Amino acid sequence: MSVLVDKNTRLAVAGITGREGSFHTLNNKRYGTNVVGGVTPGKGGQDVEGIPVFDSWAEAAESVQPNTAMIFVPPRFAADSILEAAAAGVELVIAITEGIPAHDELRVYNTLKRDHPSTRLIGPNCPGILSPGKANVGIIPASFFKEGNVGVVSRSGTLTYQIGNEIAQAGFGCSSIVGIGGDPVPGSSFVDVIELFEADQQTELIVLSGEIGGSAEEEAAEYIAAHVRKPVVAYIAGFTAPAGKQMGHAGAIVSGSAGTAAAKAQALEAKGVRVGRTPTEVAEIAVTQLR
Amino acid sequence: MGSCVRVPRRMDLLEYQGKQLFARHGLRVSDGKAVTNVKDAIAAANEVGYPVVVKAQVLIGGRGKAGGVKLAADEDEAEEHATNILGMDIHGHTVRTLWIEHASDIATEYYASVLLDRSAKQPLVMFSVEGGVDIEEVAEQTPEKLIRHHVDALDGLSREEAVQIATDGKADADVIEGVADALVALYEVWLQEDASLAEINPLIVTPDREVKALDSKVSLDDNALYRHPENQELADKENEDPIERRAKEQGVQYVKLDGDIGILGNGAGLVMSTLDVVAQAGGRPANFLDAGGGSDAAKIKQAVELILANDAVKAVLFNIFGGITRCDEVAKGLIAAFDDIKPSVPFVVRLDGTNDVAGRELLQEAALPNVHAARTMNEAAEKVVALAAGKSIGADD
Repeated sequence: MSVLVDKNTRLAVAGITGREGSFHTLNNKRYGTNVVGGVTPGKGGQDVEGIPVFDSWAEAAESVQPNTAMIFVPPRFAADSILEAAAAGVELVIAITEGIPAHDELRVYNTLKRDHPSTRLIGPNCPGILSPGKANVGIIPASFFKEGNVGVVSRSGTLTYQIGNEIAQAGFGCSSIVGIGGDPVPGSSFVDVIELFEADQQTELIVLSGEIGGSAEEEAAEYIAAHVRKPVVAYIAGFTAPAGKQMGHAGAIVSGSAGTAAAKAQALEAKGVRVGRTPTEVAEIAVTQLR
Repeated sequence: MGSCVRVPRRMDLLEYQGKQLFARHGLRVSDGKAVTNVKDAIAAANEVGYPVVVKAQVLIGGRGKAGGVKLAADEDEAEEHATNILGMDIHGHTVRTLWIEHASDIATEYYASVLLDRSAKQPLVMFSVEGGVDIEEVAEQTPEKLIRHHVDALDGLSREEAVQIATDGKADADVIEGVADALVALYEVWLQEDASLAEINPLIVTPDREVKALDSKVSLDDNALYRHPENQELADKENEDPIERRAKEQGVQYVKLDGDIGILGNGAGLVMSTLDVVAQAGGRPANFLDAGGGSDAAKIKQAVELILANDAVKAVLFNIFGGITRCDEVAKGLIAAFDDIKPSVPFVVRLDGTNDVAGRELLQEAALPNVHAARTMNEAAEKVVALAAGKSIGADD
């Protein structure tokens, strides 16, 4: 087991003919992910190293029945591509694209909720999902992770690699690594993914990697206290971020006291979640609990 | 990530720029002019008619208390205030622009805003009859006086809803319609201009019962600027930190901080985490710099130049976990930077991830002066903190 992507994944990629899109699609394919097609308007009928390209999600859905979509198109086309994939019946959409306007994200989130409630969106502005040994959808460097029983959910990419690598070096592996992205309106929250890990038989411990801004970590704390029996270890980045400064992720805006790293760590600890002060300490706590 | 993508930023507008957007969407504002020198200020004051308000245009609160907002009854006073306020320092922001506006008579002060509620994932309209004061205090002390209304993002704010908000908020009966008009217009500003925040405090009612925006606070979504070419020039470039501006032009995420340890990493989360680990080791970061994914040698060299442009930097930490970024490219960039600019401060470099062995070998062969290797993030932080404090840390590795 694992969550969201595995041997049953049938992946199609929007933006497969672009430089980044083709590079990462082929990487994912080499890892063993079943890549069944790609979508680039105007390039239907072509192929990318044998992967058939379609003009639209509807055509891709009809011909190769993808159950997972990866979105790699530029920001201005991403919202419509996500919605088109959902309308074509794709159940899981993973949007890697960074820089989508927040109003587009808001429209996508609410349209999915109203018109396509059975489609789950991960991202945008995320590194994707890796289930070691099974499938990789996105840009996570798979070689730093081993298969195992730790479920990782994170708002940041490289920080996830750091934590996953420390866990691997301690001899442990991951069931799935899910990057939910750091944007203002992510398709899925910590709570959504933690719910999946709680239900997943392979996962024995959950690592939550958060950062300043918003209230997703605080909401996760409430959810964990009420619904999660597996141990959860958390990390929060941004203790030294000054108020009012924005550091990269649109999600990481500190204003006033709400959304600070200290407030988030406190909210999690108050609900019994251990919070590591460094990525190394997170891995150490996780490993201690697993042994 | 690749060339087609960039990290989201927000863009805060000056009061007068926000008001210009307001006017574009039918919100009432006073006539005024933005000026940058005393002569133009006097001409503007004469044109809009006395009494005028001379208002410092800076992206920071507390302008009034700092003496940056003054009423002028005639030309002499306008000249005096313009002279005093131009160049004034308000909490670290230099006043370079004034907004001269015809003074409004005020009967009542309200508050209105529209923003993206990330938690509810819906637009949030807020309204209060307690305007002109710190709205966070109102929210805390008399929450019943701050109306919070979530709008369906797909349907938008209807006029009926706006009337209901004004009514629930206990706006004066004779201005319910005027307040509703203002709320609908403010929602349009937020929606059509891709704003993350559109706020009016105070939203005034004049003695002849006109509803007007006396101030503005607007933040635009930088990611949506491609849809608004007319808004691209609105950034407060003059008050940007010069290094931050240079970084922006180069497409590098750089934020200046007040410490003495330069930081470079890849990925916003990892860089934030690096700042924390350095602080825990007793150091003070001089900057946040996210070189981004897939940085090549040229970009790394530019980043080194940015970090060293800050004279306060006494030591530099490179913390790289290569995913898309290749550690050998990072090493090449650092070597190129050393060839070119010959830094005088020590560097600590931690390379992990894609091509890390090759990167470390390149650095070892280059034997750059005063560059120290570290294997873990914690070790790197401890080393750089010691170096910044002027301590020697012994042999490499």
